Amino acid sequence: MSPVLQGLITIFVGVFGCVGYFYASNVVLDRVIFPARGPKAGSNINKANKVRPWLFLFPAIFALGLYLVYPVVGSFIRSLYDRSGNNFIWFGNYTDLMAEAEFRQSVFNNFLWILFVPAMATFLGLLVAQLTDRLRWGNIAKSLIFMPMAISFVGASLIWKFVYANNPDVGIINALRDSFGLSPIDVVQIPFWNNFFLMLILVWIQTGFAMVILSAALRGIPEETIEAAIIDGANPFQVFFSIKIPQIMGTIVVVWTTITILVLKVFDIVYTMTGGNFGTQILPSYMMTYMFRDDGRATAVAFVIMIIVLPVMIWNIMQARKEMR
Amino acid sequence: MDNIAGKKSGLSWAVNITVVLLVLLWLLPTVGLLVSSFRDRDQISNSGWWTAPLAVELNFRARFSSEGEVLQGDTYVMEGNVFDDPENAARFPDGSGTLSAYGTRGVAPAEFAPGVTAEQRGGGSLLVEENGSFRAESPESFGRRGQTIYFQAMTPPQFTTANYTTVMQSDGMDRAFINTLTVTIPATVIPILIAAFAAYALAWMEFPGRALLIAAVVGLLVVPLQLALVPLLKLHTQLGIGQSFVGIWLAHTGFGLPLAIYLLRNYMVGLPRDIIESAKVDGATDFQIFTKIILPLSFPALASFAIFQFLWTWNDLLVAKVFLPSGAASQVMTVKIADDLLGSRGGDWGILATAAFISIAVPLVVFFTMQRYLVRGLLAGSVK
Repeated sequence: MSPVLQGLITIFVGVFGCVGYFYASNVVLDRVIFPARGPKAGSNINKANKVRPWLFLFPAIFALGLYLVYPVVGSFIRSLYDRSGNNFIWFGNYTDLMAEAEFRQSVFNNFLWILFVPAMATFLGLLVAQLTDRLRWGNIAKSLIFMPMAISFVGASLIWKFVYANNPDVGIINALRDSFGLSPIDVVQIPFWNNFFLMLILVWIQTGFAMVILSAALRGIPEETIEAAIIDGANPFQVFFSIKIPQIMGTIVVVWTTITILVLKVFDIVYTMTGGNFGTQILPSYMMTYMFRDDGRATAVAFVIMIIVLPVMIWNIMQARKEMR
Repeated sequence: MDNIAGKKSGLSWAVNITVVLLVLLWLLPTVGLLVSSFRDRDQISNSGWWTAPLAVELNFRARFSSEGEVLQGDTYVMEGNVFDDPENAARFPDGSGTLSAYGTRGVAPAEFAPGVTAEQRGGGSLLVEENGSFRAESPESFGRRGQTIYFQAMTPPQFTTANYTTVMQSDGMDRAFINTLTVTIPATVIPILIAAFAAYALAWMEFPGRALLIAAVVGLLVVPLQLALVPLLKLHTQLGIGQSFVGIWLAHTGFGLPLAIYLLRNYMVGLPRDIIESAKVDGATDFQIFTKIILPLSFPALASFAIFQFLWTWNDLLVAKVFLPSGAASQVMTVKIADDLLGSRGGDWGILATAAFISIAVPLVVFFTMQRYLVRGLLAGSVK
C-alpha cells in the first residue's frame, strides 16, 4: 500500500474515530444511561452532566498519561536495571555515568546552553521588539527575524554549516578572515568556543519567538506612564530601562523559561553539526549515543535531564496556580 | 524637548540602521542557502555565493582529437578555439569567452599567460590567445591522444536547477517528502480534536479536580520527551506497532497534547460567558455548545496550534529517528538529511543546500501565509 494512501486512510480513521467517539459517547450517555425522560429526568440530567467532562477528557488524559506520565515512572524504573534489562543494579547506571568524562562534559555544556541561549535570545528579542516598536516597516522586519522559527533544527544546522564552512569560498566567516589575510579555521572544532557557535544557531531560531511575545508586552504598557516619564525629562534609555522593563518583567521571565525548556529538549543541532565530537556533547545528544544500545544508560541520562527541568516545572505550576486564583 | 512622545527622536536614524543590520544578519544565512542551491558544485567550491551574480574564474579542460591536424612542411599543425569544446559549451553559451591563462598539464592549468608560447612535452609548441583560438605544432602526429588544453576563463554567472533534479530523482528525497507528509498530517489533525474537547471541559465544565488537571497539563508541558523514548518504544513493540507510522502518529499526538490543551484552554476561557450561558438556558447540550459555538469561535486558536504542531512534526528529527524504522522506505526528510546526505554527500554543498531548502520550503510557505494566526496563538498562550 502506498504511503500516501495509508496516510489518507489514517487521517480518515483517526479523525472520524475521534469525532465518532465524542459524538457516540455523548449520545449513549444522554439517551441510554441517563435518559432525560421519565420521572427521574431532572436527576438524570444532573448525573449525565457529572459524567460528561470525563468523556470529553478521557482521550486526552489517556494519551497524556501514556505518553508523558507513564514514561517518567517507566524510564526511572528502567534506569535502575543494567543493559540487559534483567538485573536490578540500583543506581549503578548513574554512578557509572558520573565516572564518565563525556557525561560530565555534557552536563557542563548543557549548563552553558541553559545560561547562554535563553539569555541571549531574550536579550536580542527585547532589543528588536523595542527598536521595531515605532518603525514604519517594523512589521516586515519582525516577520523576517521571526522566520527561522519555521525552519527545522536540521535545516538551520545545514544553513549554518554553510556560514561556518572551512572553505573561504563557501563559508562567509572564513571569507571574512580571508579578506583580512587570516588562515581559515573550522569554528566548530575550536575547543570550548565551538559550543557557543552551536548555541548561536538556536539563538538565531528563538530570537523571533522572544521578540513577538515581548513586543506584544511592550505594546501593552499604558501610554500614560511613558508620557509622564518623558515630560519629567527622562531620555529614551531611562524610559526603556526604568519604565518599560519593570512593567514587562513577568513576560520576560515567561519567555526566558520557555526557551530554557526548549534548550533542555534540543538534540538536533549538536547531532547534525558535530555529532557530539570536539567537546560539544550535551545531554540529549549524549543520550542518543546509548539509544538502541543500552537502555539502562539511555534512560538514566533522560532522567538526569528530567531532574534538571524539575525546578522549571515546579515554577511553571506555581505560576499557573497563581493565575487561576 | 524634541523627544516628546509622537515626535521623532534624534535616535531615529540609529534605530533604522540597527534594524536594517539585524534583519540582514538574520536573513544572510538563509539567502546563502537559497543561492547555493541553484549553483553547481564547481561554482560553489570556487567562489562564495555572495559573488554568484558576478562572473567567476574557473578552470576548464578542452580536448581536440587529431582529426583536425594538418601537415605543413614537416610539422603537424592543429588550430581551433578552446571554447568550441562541446564539454564546456554549457558554460560558454555563445561559444566565446575571455581566457585569462592556459596550460598543458592538469597540475598547472594556468601556467602560461595568453599570447605566450608554451613548449610541449615531446617537442612542439602551443599558443593560445585571449579569445580562445589556439595553434598547436608538433614534429609528430598528435596521434590518438590528440591535444588537451587546460585553461582558465571568466564564466558568466549561472544558475541551474540541476541540483533539484538530482536531489528529487536520484537521492530519494521525493520519497522522504511524501513520508514527511504522511507523518505530519495525521499527527497534526488528531491531537487538535482531542485537545479541543479536553480544553473545553477544562475551561467551561464544572467538575472536581479540574484545577489539579490544569496544573498537571502545565507541568507536563515541561517533561522532556527524551524520557518517553525507551519505555514507549518497548510498549509499541509489545503492542505490535513497533517502529511504524501509526506509532509515530500516536507519539506526536501524545507529545503535542499539553501545549494544545494549554493554548486552547487559555483561549476558550477568554470567550464571553454570556453566549455559553444563554445557549445553556435555551437547552443546548455541552456537545452542541462545543461544536456549534466554541469551535467556530476558537478558530484562531485552533489554526495557531495547527500551525505549531505542523511545524513541529515536520521539523522533528528525534521522534522520527526513534519511532520510525531506519530504512529508506520510511525516512522523513530531516532524518534523510542528517543521517544520509550529511554522511555520504558531506562535501557536496550544492546537494546539501538543495535538500535543506526542499525540507524548509513547505514550512516557510505555511509560516508566511499563516503568520498572523501563529502570532495570535502564541500571545493567547503566553501573555496575560
